[in-house]
Amino acid sequence: MDAQVLARWQFGITTVYHFLFVPITIALSMLVAVLQTIWYRTGNERYLRLTKFYGKLFLINFAIGVVTGIVQEFQFGMNWSEYSRFVGDVFGAPLALEALLAFFLESTFLGLWIFGWDRLPKKLHLMSIYAAAFGTMLSAVFILAANSWMQNPVGATFRNGRAELTDFGAVLTNPVFLATFPHQIAASYMVAGALVAGIAGWHLARLHGAADDQTSAHGDAATWRWAARFGAVVLLAASIAVMASGDFQGKVMTRVQPMKMAAAEAHYNTADGSNFSILSIGNLEGTEARHLIQVPGLLGYLANGTWASQVRGINDINAEFAQSGYLQDDGTQTALQKAYSAELAKQAITDIGPNVPVAYWTFRIMMGLGFAGIALGLWILWATRRGRTPRPSKPWMLAMAVLPFLPLFANSFGWIFTEMGRQPWLVAGVMPTVTGVSPGVSAGEVLFSMITYTVVYGALAVLEVGLFMKYLKLGLPDVAPVEVIEDEDAPLSFAY
Amino acid sequence: MFTLLETATHSALTPVWFVLVAVLWVGFFFLEGFDFGVAMLLPILGRTDKRKRVMVNTIGPTWDGNEVWLLTAGGATFAAFPGWYATLFSGIYLPLLLVLVGLILRGVAFEYRSKRPEMSHRNLMDWMATIGSFLPSLVLGVGFANFVKGLEVGGNPPLVTTGFWQLFTPFSLLGGVLFVVLFCAHGAVFVALKTKGEVHDDARKLAIGLAFAAAGLSMVWAVWMNVVHAPTHPAAHAITWVLGLVAALAVAGAALLTARGRDGSAFIATSIGVVGLIAPMFLKMYGNLGFISSGDPGLDMWSASSSPYTLKIMTIAAAIFVPIVLAYQAWSYWVFRKRISVQNLPVEAAEPVPAATGA
Ligand code: HDD
Ligand code: HEM
Ligand code: HEM
Repeated sequence: MDAQVLARWQFGITTVYHFLFVPITIALSMLVAVLQTIWYRTGNERYLRLTKFYGKLFLINFAIGVVTGIVQEFQFGMNWSEYSRFVGDVFGAPLALEALLAFFLESTFLGLWIFGWDRLPKKLHLMSIYAAAFGTMLSAVFILAANSWMQNPVGATFRNGRAELTDFGAVLTNPVFLATFPHQIAASYMVAGALVAGIAGWHLARLHGAADDQTSAHGDAATWRWAARFGAVVLLAASIAVMASGDFQGKVMTRVQPMKMAAAEAHYNTADGSNFSILSIGNLEGTEARHLIQVPGLLGYLANGTWASQVRGINDINAEFAQSGYLQDDGTQTALQKAYSAELAKQAITDIGPNVPVAYWTFRIMMGLGFAGIALGLWILWATRRGRTPRPSKPWMLAMAVLPFLPLFANSFGWIFTEMGRQPWLVAGVMPTVTGVSPGVSAGEVLFSMITYTVVYGALAVLEVGLFMKYLKLGLPDVAPVEVIEDEDAPLSFAY
Repeated sequence: MFTLLETATHSALTPVWFVLVAVLWVGFFFLEGFDFGVAMLLPILGRTDKRKRVMVNTIGPTWDGNEVWLLTAGGATFAAFPGWYATLFSGIYLPLLLVLVGLILRGVAFEYRSKRPEMSHRNLMDWMATIGSFLPSLVLGVGFANFVKGLEVGGNPPLVTTGFWQLFTPFSLLGGVLFVVLFCAHGAVFVALKTKGEVHDDARKLAIGLAFAAAGLSMVWAVWMNVVHAPTHPAAHAITWVLGLVAALAVAGAALLTARGRDGSAFIATSIGVVGLIAPMFLKMYGNLGFISSGDPGLDMWSASSSPYTLKIMTIAAAIFVPIVLAYQAWSYWVFRKRISVQNLPVEAAEPVPAATGA
């Protein structure tokens, strides 16, 4: 394997890994803030216990998110030096702004929240978790703006041998970004909602039968039931936003990256019509696919918003590329794509399509996992209706354990689709992936670092899952309201 | 692959951003320097679990914010000097990998240490914190010594041609050892400042010896750098002499101040030591970014720079947000200003005082 292939694998592995923790951070921080707000408003200890319980799980998750993020920040320079050199004038700014505006906010205010229970007045302490949660959103703004630019390089031109920024506003109002941001935020809330609901539903069922007497288990059951329903409602509300934004995103994608939509549907020839394929067999790889189950006309709707409208096929888009270079669906180009087209023509690229089976299946797995999550969310609401406690049956317990992973892995597959669907481009229509890799870094070095990350990340996973399970099983902690301490010698209420 | 800027974009903001990147690195070493030191001293100062907990808690709320200075330095380099970011980070691939692995280990260790009561777990976390702080200190010391010396760069695109083993010279090893010892001293002084009781007393004793050692190394470094690897510009050279000597004297002063029980002044003194060590390095790197370029197109501050438009946007953002960040970060230090001791630790690490009744 050459350095380029290894660098791609490394980027994929480390980013997907980082992104297992990110959606949880983005949305769970806010849900914890909401729980703490309810406690602050009502004074009901139940919500403080939930705040502490989910807050602890959030922090265990956050630690890994932070340390894996550090690798991301430097990886562009290490493995993708020519990419960084070529796009740094555009792409570097959002990354720097992410650190300056978002990471400082997150890390400082989380520190204040974790250690501040007895140092800050209640209200200020509550504000600090909101500040951290807001920071995670800002983080998403900048990183997604950067990624969206790779999908649709707006606000830039080709000058001085590189891509140069001409309009930062355009980068921040990139239609791809405007579609991606709500979709990603909503998808994160699906994950956090499912996590809250799944854990609560699991604990609740274990208290089945204990719920009738007036012991503390009774209080616990009511608390878990509330949390399960709360999480399920968040999950379901977010899933509506995910579908609406995903629908919008599909249309933007068809417009700026028609090839990705064609690949996602294994749609080879424009003439084949606009049916949405649910199951295909045979060799998707070739120049033809056999669709077993199709919804007539649906693809046209997904892509263009008009039922049975025409959607272009892979072969036709490739032919068009050979004729007139990289074009968006309406025949236009961004300024950078246009300015760079003469350079690109020298590189003799013939196939601008991604790996079709990957695009086809990851797209469906993303949606399928999402729908499965929705179904389980509805089941939770049904099973806990009017104070009911579900039995700890095998299917229920299994469903609760699996639930958080459904939207989480939907996120992973969504990103694998987005990124691999962009191939062979690093910057769509401008920079082929092969040209971005670091020429000075040998395959051996990349392999070595990849093995190192894999070993370290594997060990981290063992550590984090172990801790997560420990605190998950411990259940709701006992709490006592804390006061701000003035006395120099009084024990702190929280310390590492 | 891609031809570099044929015409260098001479924006007045280019030097401004060089200074800003330097400030971010200086800030990073000033803040994370004592974080590194505290963790490196865990095996020596933290004789019992409780003492280790006191030490970890002196940096617990703030270490992550300190580390963001590094991320911002990296991000600012990328945004303002893509050519620097690309050539440097791909050129020192393996050393940078070591730094990253170190940062991963220590970050996890701080957060996870208290989450299990078993000593085997805590010992593992402590070693991760110590090694994870030692590695970046050492490697960055070796690295920065090489930037002062100059990394060789050639070709198009310009790539680092200095080989991995050539990074290890007597001068660069001095840099590595100096970083480790200086950060240990900085950390010991910080622990003395933030604690009371036995941890405080022992930290103070240790700080005296460490600060003297760091002062000696700083002096050797200052002389060596200024005699052999000095900046060419005479004014710059004068400043690097002054800063280098001031740094060495300040660190020696920290030892004396600590011996007198002046913890706060001693901390200021080691801080001057760190700033006085790093700032001259960037003075030396001004213009050539720590590269010795051969051939065409070469690589320097101007050819590595972003376009004037990007720099302008970044400057506006920095002018607004850097003061805000500084304000809230300073405030968080103020919130956690109290000294702590083993008496202050809650009964067991994880949870606030348990209530008498269940729910
Ligand atoms: C909980 C997770 C989740 C769920 C249930 C869905 N998605 Fe999604 N999707 C994502 C999570 C996600 C994601 C991981 O967040 C992606 C990757 C990049 C992005 O912007 O969002 C994504 C990408 C993504 C893209 C690719 C955009 C591009 O490459 O430019 C499209 C077209 C859709 N989604 C559409 C949908 C539709 C129509 C869905 C269901 C009806 C759907 N998604 C469910
Ligand atoms: C700002 C955000 C992101 C940027 C700038 C980015 C950029 C890149 C780059 C430079 C590559 C390497 C070239 C390649 O092989 O295609 C890549 C590949 C990849 N990225 Fe992203 N990415 C981002 C976000 C993500 C996220 C969040 C995920 C998933 C969770 C992800 C998943 C992948 C995968 C799976 C690959 C490998 C694709 C392949 O090998 O063909 N990316 N991305
Ligand atoms: C591939 C490009 C990416 C880079 C360079 C990157 C960089 C980083 C870094 C350096 C951190 C640590 C921050 C700290 O110390 O506090 C981090 C954490 C974080 N990143 Fe990423 N990241 C990438 C992908 C993403 C994406 C696509 C998102 C969101 C949509 C994201 C959202 C976050 C969030 C919310 C955190 C907070 C900590 C956590 O994840 O638990 N990142 N990232």
